[in-house]
Amino acid sequence: MIVYLVRRLGQSLLAVMAMAVLVFIGVYFIGNPVDVLINPEASQADILATTERLGLDKPLYQQFGIFIWNALQGDLGTSFVYGRPALDIILDRLPATMELALVALILSVGIGIPLGVWAGLRPHSIAGRTIMGGSILGFSLPNFWQGMLLILVFAVILGWLPAGGRGETTEFLGMQVSFLTWNGLSHLILPAINLALFKMSLIIRLARANTREVCLQDYVKFARAKGLSGRRVVLVHVLKNIMIPVVTIIGLELGSMVAFAIVTETVFAWPGMGKLLIDSINLLDRPVIVAYLMLTVLIIVGINLAVDVIYSLLDPRIRLSEMKG
Amino acid sequence: MTMKALTLPLLAGIAVAGIAPATAQELTIGLKSEATSMDPQFHQLSTNIQVTKNIFEALTTQDAVQKVTPGLAESWEAVDDTTWRFKLRQGVKFHDGSDFTARDVIYSFCRVPLVQNSPSAYTIYTAGIADMQAEDDYTLTIRTKATNPLLPSEMWSLAIVSANALGAEDQVTYGPDGTCEGMGDVPQAPAFNDPGIAVGTGPYVLDNYTRGSEMVVTRFDDYWGGTPDWERVVMRPITSDGPRVAALLAGDVEMIESPPIQDIPRIEQAGFSVVDALSNRIIYLHMLQQEDAPGISGAEGNPLLDPRVREAISLSINREAIAERIMGGYAQPAGELLPPPMFGTSGRPVDAYDPERARELLAEAGYPDGFSITLGTPNDRYINDEQVAQAVAQMMSRIGIQTRVDASTASQFFSRRNALEFPIYMAGWGASSGDMSSPLKSLVATYDPETGMGPTNAGRYSNPDMDALLIEAMSTIDDEKRDQMLQEAETMVLDDYGIIPLHYEQTVWAMKSDLSYEPRVDQYTMATEVKPAAK
Repeated sequence: MIVYLVRRLGQSLLAVMAMAVLVFIGVYFIGNPVDVLINPEASQADILATTERLGLDKPLYQQFGIFIWNALQGDLGTSFVYGRPALDIILDRLPATMELALVALILSVGIGIPLGVWAGLRPHSIAGRTIMGGSILGFSLPNFWQGMLLILVFAVILGWLPAGGRGETTEFLGMQVSFLTWNGLSHLILPAINLALFKMSLIIRLARANTREVCLQDYVKFARAKGLSGRRVVLVHVLKNIMIPVVTIIGLELGSMVAFAIVTETVFAWPGMGKLLIDSINLLDRPVIVAYLMLTVLIIVGINLAVDVIYSLLDPRIRLSEMKG
Repeated sequence: MTMKALTLPLLAGIAVAGIAPATAQELTIGLKSEATSMDPQFHQLSTNIQVTKNIFEALTTQDAVQKVTPGLAESWEAVDDTTWRFKLRQGVKFHDGSDFTARDVIYSFCRVPLVQNSPSAYTIYTAGIADMQAEDDYTLTIRTKATNPLLPSEMWSLAIVSANALGAEDQVTYGPDGTCEGMGDVPQAPAFNDPGIAVGTGPYVLDNYTRGSEMVVTRFDDYWGGTPDWERVVMRPITSDGPRVAALLAGDVEMIESPPIQDIPRIEQAGFSVVDALSNRIIYLHMLQQEDAPGISGAEGNPLLDPRVREAISLSINREAIAERIMGGYAQPAGELLPPPMFGTSGRPVDAYDPERARELLAEAGYPDGFSITLGTPNDRYINDEQVAQAVAQMMSRIGIQTRVDASTASQFFSRRNALEFPIYMAGWGASSGDMSSPLKSLVATYDPETGMGPTNAGRYSNPDMDALLIEAMSTIDDEKRDQMLQEAETMVLDDYGIIPLHYEQTVWAMKSDLSYEPRVDQYTMATEVKPAAK
């Protein structure tokens, strides 16, 4: 087990290192931040002074070396735009994104699984077909367009919910959250639905396919033959067995929801990390872009590592085969 | 938050129906971009300026057409070529109740070079100041290193912060380039998120600044200029165009800046009022004036060196059509680098659309069959920029100059442009001083890192006669004479087709019908100037 863990850890570190190189070089080639940041009235001498102060006059390998050296000491650079540590700026925004992602996750699981199971139990009914049709729409309509449509219907035409922003926040466990007041919650609903739609469709399809498969299994037939109520068969025997793949997917998708809620955050002016990334790219705020991407890589690598470890705990076959290999 | 926020969704429905509810004392504005700091001396960026101007004032102000008017200074005079005397306003209070005096001005100017990590520093305005002396609490003399007729107008950019709130000593003595004494421990930009540090003399007091989400200011009751109109103003950054319009239509915000032109009819139909004004931003074409130019084929050398070819390009462009069809009427064809009657303009007529004459000129210059060229443009910086460039390219192709558009996002475009990658490019220039010397100095004066002239002259146009005249104008205090010289210098460049003006952008604001806003030439959205329409 320890051998397996060490090996996986090593692979993860390699992935992080490779990403650091790619991200840094990629960002380096986007453009020169000074051209975007500086006031157009500035003279050539001002431009030169700013370039030197930001360390952009050094060759790429030196800039990269400085970045790695500082990163190893936990310093991911100082934002060009805000003049504050890049990591602080990102962590400021983290609670907003986490809250949005968690609410979206609850929505997609809470609605997705029952609908998926229903469609799986009655695949040929009108309801079943409608659910599946709907999930195709959820999959294929662009996220951005869905968001605009939600705003148009619920904010502009019906006027029930606000069109964007985060609304009122209150302190909860040391973090600013918005779900505790009606004002905050009303701002949260539309972006959470928008973010949830795609995942919900995914979960519906997964739950349906698994339900259909599980329903044909002997133990379900046996449970029915034994005269158990339909309710018990579904809740205990079917649901329990379809949860394994669904939980795996949920774990992985949570990471991507936190890291890539960019479109939703942009459409709903939600002050999370994704919106920060877009704003930073437009301003070529290199330290923030790099720090954001590195943090994202760490989150996803971390989740994958955790999933792998849990897998190996659940399924000894994986552990054994890895050890041999 | 207040009850108002809870009832917003309900009110929204009514507002859409066109019956605007009576305004409370609260105003919410949707801005296109976010201020990067509450420190008014941190980042010289229009987004920051328009927001911090609610809290901090300066010695002078610029009105909606960029005329310099008294601010914290009641009056000023030029004692000689390099000495100015400012009479400060008496009885002005800071938000913390302390009095505004000459010491605050000296402290503020002293702090500018001490601000760390500034992406674009205000030192370009303080670097020329050799000395400052307070004759008494309300009289200040400023000595400049060289003659600078624009000093009163530049004073507008230097916000006055409170020496007391920032921890200055009782005696602050000016020294150039960050050598002041008595500064104490100077707080840096992040400290300004604290309303106890962000203390100014402006009409509004900082209440709360949540990065990425909103900035809230409240009325300053002791404001010297009378009671401000709003009890509370909320400014929200909504960077995407569509969501910003939706927020207005849904009633989340009462006013937005820069709605996309194609959405304006819809906004008007929904019962909102839309105001627009000519801005000080000129969209222009610049042509590379070097022997070997990239991106040109089908011709020997660089045809753009011939003034006849440059004139032909100008005559090939149907500016009326671009303003009407592509800009939806929200632009005005330009014949100069700044819209008349701003300072230094001559009222020169717009170049006519004359493709026939353009073809003749090309033939005269030795290019009867034209040539091929690449036109560089940003695609997310100016209003409908890429479409305008496409139209220009088609018009140029019609007289035989086969033009291909190379559009890229602003962050890439400006880097490539500054590396002289484009033989011809389209860009814009907003004259922050509201004065002709700004575009002349930056865009067409000979590029020279030594003197700081022509920093944005990426066409490397050079006209020594014009340079000499411009430098003379820039050190002439007498307004009438300076105006004359600037007109003459501009005419020299335009007669030579050193730069081709296309159009002046118009800036648009949309708001509820019970609000009014006097549109500003400098494109700033100033909460202080939004009025309830009834007043």
